Amino acid sequence: MALKRTRALLLQRNGKRIVVPKGDKPRRFYGDGIPGVELDKLVGKLIVVEGADGSGRSTQIARLVGWMEGRGHATVQVGLKRSSLVSEELEQAKQGNILSHRTMSLFYATDFADQIENIILPALKAGFMVLADRYIYTLMVRDIVRGMDEAWVKNLYGIALVPDAVFYLNVSPQELVQRNFCKNHSLDYWESGMDLGLSRDMFDSFLKYQALVEKQFKQLHSSYDFTIVDGHRSADEINRELQHRIELLLAGK
Amino acid sequence: MKTFAELNFPGRLIAVEGLDGSGKSTQIFLLKKWLELQGLKVFFSEWNSSELVKAATSKGKKRELLSPTTFSLIHATDFADRYERQLEPLLRAGYVVLCDRYIFTAFARDTVRGCPPEWVRGIYSFAPLPDLTFFFKAKLEVSLQRILDGRPQLKYFEAGMDLRLSTDPYESFRIFQGRILEQYLAMSTEFGFLVMDANQCIEIQQALVRNLVAAKIDLKSFMAQRN
Repeated sequence: MALKRTRALLLQRNGKRIVVPKGDKPRRFYGDGIPGVELDKLVGKLIVVEGADGSGRSTQIARLVGWMEGRGHATVQVGLKRSSLVSEELEQAKQGNILSHRTMSLFYATDFADQIENIILPALKAGFMVLADRYIYTLMVRDIVRGMDEAWVKNLYGIALVPDAVFYLNVSPQELVQRNFCKNHSLDYWESGMDLGLSRDMFDSFLKYQALVEKQFKQLHSSYDFTIVDGHRSADEINRELQHRIELLLAGK
Repeated sequence: MKTFAELNFPGRLIAVEGLDGSGKSTQIFLLKKWLELQGLKVFFSEWNSSELVKAATSKGKKRELLSPTTFSLIHATDFADRYERQLEPLLRAGYVVLCDRYIFTAFARDTVRGCPPEWVRGIYSFAPLPDLTFFFKAKLEVSLQRILDGRPQLKYFEAGMDLRLSTDPYESFRIFQGRILEQYLAMSTEFGFLVMDANQCIEIQQALVRNLVAAKIDLKSFMAQRN
């Protein structure tokens, strides 16, 4: 107990205060988890930023990384489709659009599992701040709007570690369209949910699909406790909110 | 969980399960020949054979990148691809589908590797049960000997080396296969396996397989249409 208290003290170094993160809440997986993991050894923090393409995820994460490193925390970034195991094959499958929904879903789950085992867990054990650009919620939402059984999806992602904080950048579909056009002058096939056959018109499909996704995110919100962040504000304003919430988290509040 | 017949699929699925070297592939091959010679609509599918997923699986295996969880998930991905693109549509079209290994292979292997059984079963819950499941039960030593005689170079995951049971691949293989056999036996009653004595000669086993198939499935209704 005494040791824990010492760790929570503020350290003075080069005149800058470095906060040693406190961890009071016991760690857990959403389900049975991954065999052989010692949860109490995962001393780092897992912070997730969720949201659609164009919601400002990458901007926010980049800023958080700079801010956290400035405060003396080592960071690691993870995201979907970045595993060394299946990311190439997954990209191929996406391009060809030849796999069924369930197969794609399991392929993504494999990618996620590989990253949690080989990047997230080791980094947390080493005391890093892990910033995840999307997590299981995007994957679950995508599956559920494609008609997959919710109980099946929840069981599948029982392997996921419950993060210390999840921020969902909520941006309306109308605003997302504008931001996507501003960036690429085109809409992405998958982010428009074209595989669902909601509409043959991509613009129309994008709006319908993103509205479904937004609705599903809000439904998951009740069982998967995350913070809904208003993504319509300026990047500065949003970042200040995230920083504030992370400060509270690190202080163990 | 229900069988394809119980779910009113026009087709029927027959699966064979057992250890490597139990002779199950030989038996299902002979069954396929017999059904084809009668002019039935037959399709045969092997475990771990989906083209697209295979590339990732073999990379994972070669570089020894797989953990129990990713091993389980990548095989489930492979199964889902075959199930949704081949098995299910063919069963809806009234085929007799023969599977060399089905979900029980995953249940046995993944559980031995330490994955929670309920999690594994949940993942495969989209797949109905086979209408017939033959389990080829051979003495452990006999199966081991067949494999070790024919293919002395054991692969890493095949030998269960990832479980760190022994540094000797042969010893590891023995322990691993023994544990898988225990899992199969534990599932046998629950899933109504037709247990075959795999120590008998090939012909006797095949005669029994054919009798059981003919008794359980109305084969005439699976005739391919002739023009």
